[in-house]
Amino acid sequence: MSKRDAIFIYNHEQLPYEFSKEHPFSPLRQVLTVDLLRSLDAISDDDMIHSKSASDDQICLFHDHSFMEAVKHAGNEDLGNGSLEKYGLGTEDTPVFKDMHLAASNLVGGTIRAAHEVMEGKVLHAAHLGGGLHHGFRGKASGFCIYNDTAIAIRYLRERYDVKVLYIDTDAHHGDGVQWAFYDDPNVMTVSIHETGRYLFPGTGAITEKGNGKGYGFSLNIPVDAFTEDDSFIYCYETAVREACKFFKPDIIVSQNGADAHHFDPLTHLSTTMETFYAVPRLAHELAHEYCEGRWVAVGGGGYDWWRVVPKAWSLVWLEMTNQTSKAAGNLPQDWLTKWKEKAHPTKLIESWTEPSSMRPKIPRKLEIEEKNKNTLEKALYYIRENQ
Amino acid sequence: MLVEDMMRKPIHTLQETNSIEDAVKMMERERIRHIPIVNHSNELIGIISDRDIRDSKHSIFLREQSDEILTRPLHNIMKRDVFTAHPLDFVEDIASMLSEQQISAAPVTVQKQLVGMITGRDLLDTLVRLTGADQPSSQLEIKVKDISGTLAEVATIFHKHGVNITSVLVYPHKDGIAKVLTFRVQIMDPRPAINELKEKGYELMSPSVPGLFDE
Repeated sequence: MSKRDAIFIYNHEQLPYEFSKEHPFSPLRQVLTVDLLRSLDAISDDDMIHSKSASDDQICLFHDHSFMEAVKHAGNEDLGNGSLEKYGLGTEDTPVFKDMHLAASNLVGGTIRAAHEVMEGKVLHAAHLGGGLHHGFRGKASGFCIYNDTAIAIRYLRERYDVKVLYIDTDAHHGDGVQWAFYDDPNVMTVSIHETGRYLFPGTGAITEKGNGKGYGFSLNIPVDAFTEDDSFIYCYETAVREACKFFKPDIIVSQNGADAHHFDPLTHLSTTMETFYAVPRLAHELAHEYCEGRWVAVGGGGYDWWRVVPKAWSLVWLEMTNQTSKAAGNLPQDWLTKWKEKAHPTKLIESWTEPSSMRPKIPRKLEIEEKNKNTLEKALYYIRENQ
Repeated sequence: MLVEDMMRKPIHTLQETNSIEDAVKMMERERIRHIPIVNHSNELIGIISDRDIRDSKHSIFLREQSDEILTRPLHNIMKRDVFTAHPLDFVEDIASMLSEQQISAAPVTVQKQLVGMITGRDLLDTLVRLTGADQPSSQLEIKVKDISGTLAEVATIFHKHGVNITSVLVYPHKDGIAKVLTFRVQIMDPRPAINELKEKGYELMSPSVPGLFDE
């Protein structure tokens, strides 16, 4: 039997990673995605794996033991407010919720499982859209992220398989937690394309952040301007990622697929459309085959327009992995639209895969934004071009 | 902020009997452009910059001549009138001094003893630290009337939402009347705080593409 193309890691039986019903980082996004894929007849039970929770030892591949203990206690409501703050918990971004350690460990377990399946040669690609919590720090929660599943899984890949990992982060927010985790490591290259930190959280991700010591040159940041549109975003992404691959020659690609660069997104100021979310996994897929014998792990991340953007963007990751993108054309399946229409209210679902052009924002100074992004890209790539 | 909070130490120094070549090597090794010259009791007696060395070598084309020049002692080319700073000087005063005198570094002395150096680069690094993202945070710019109590009111709204403020800058709006408060706040989803600010009549300025939202 030939090797499977891809596997989908999903956690629906387990505890949800949910801060509150109103919190933007909602597990509903995964439910909607899987449901859309099922409606498209693009996924079956055979494609899905139910992963286990990560062990304490696995969490501590990256995180401080004391931080993990604090998360455990916070989820049982027995940690004083003073300590909470030190660990970045109990804030409006990352409030405490019951059994948060378990829920967060589940996400970590999923991403580790994805990495494991790919490295053991069981599948070429693996998707775990519950992962991608790229802001988590070693000893501190930040920006909706408790445990940094991706940093943990990359460390797992390094320790267990000694492979060179290319991390590609297309979330509109800078992938700071993963970048700092491997800032000194020449065997992990991080590439993050994001809205400039001039206004947007977390504020870092400047082109001058290039790595440290032996890791110098192995962190690449492309901060694009607010209101950047498809053409410029895709150009910057494709150029940077292609050149990073050529420079670094990875053994495996780990891509973070935050879906918040879309112009509908309520938290960010980029202006891309669904077109960008076709392009992002397409290139990751192509390069995984060109450089890594297909090894590709995709995780989710941000994306705060739950109804109109995330289910489509994340479905596209899976459709790309399994060569089914032809299913993402025309209108969305009617049964999916009917099922979720009421629940989405007051948001009005969009019936087609791509937005009607009348909904696209008109950006004055488009050319200047494109020029500025191009300058940023050139400066960011200068080092790896000079050191081929 | 005081000079002593920002100055760099320890410092790389030479004596006036050292050769120009020693200075060239030290500058290359330590990636510095200024070397204070001290006597045996660590008193500052001069300074030498990469520019002094460049001037002394004349031209890169005169290879042999410059090799000979490199062996000469530093007292031939060092500057003896040195603009210095004191550890208790205000940084803004030293920044003005560097700018007015068109120099890019000043030794810091106490009773002639050399205790540190302050350079234009230290000032730039501090600027970046003060205005940049020292910790994960979002930036909000709020246009406010120039009346007392405004900053307190805005800060209270952040407090109400449990939002930690990591830095604040106040600067004049380009209309010459209003002020702009620039906050870095430790939160990824600032919408609840922004909504309340808007309800209270505050004008959020960022981010904007000039021309996009102009009325």
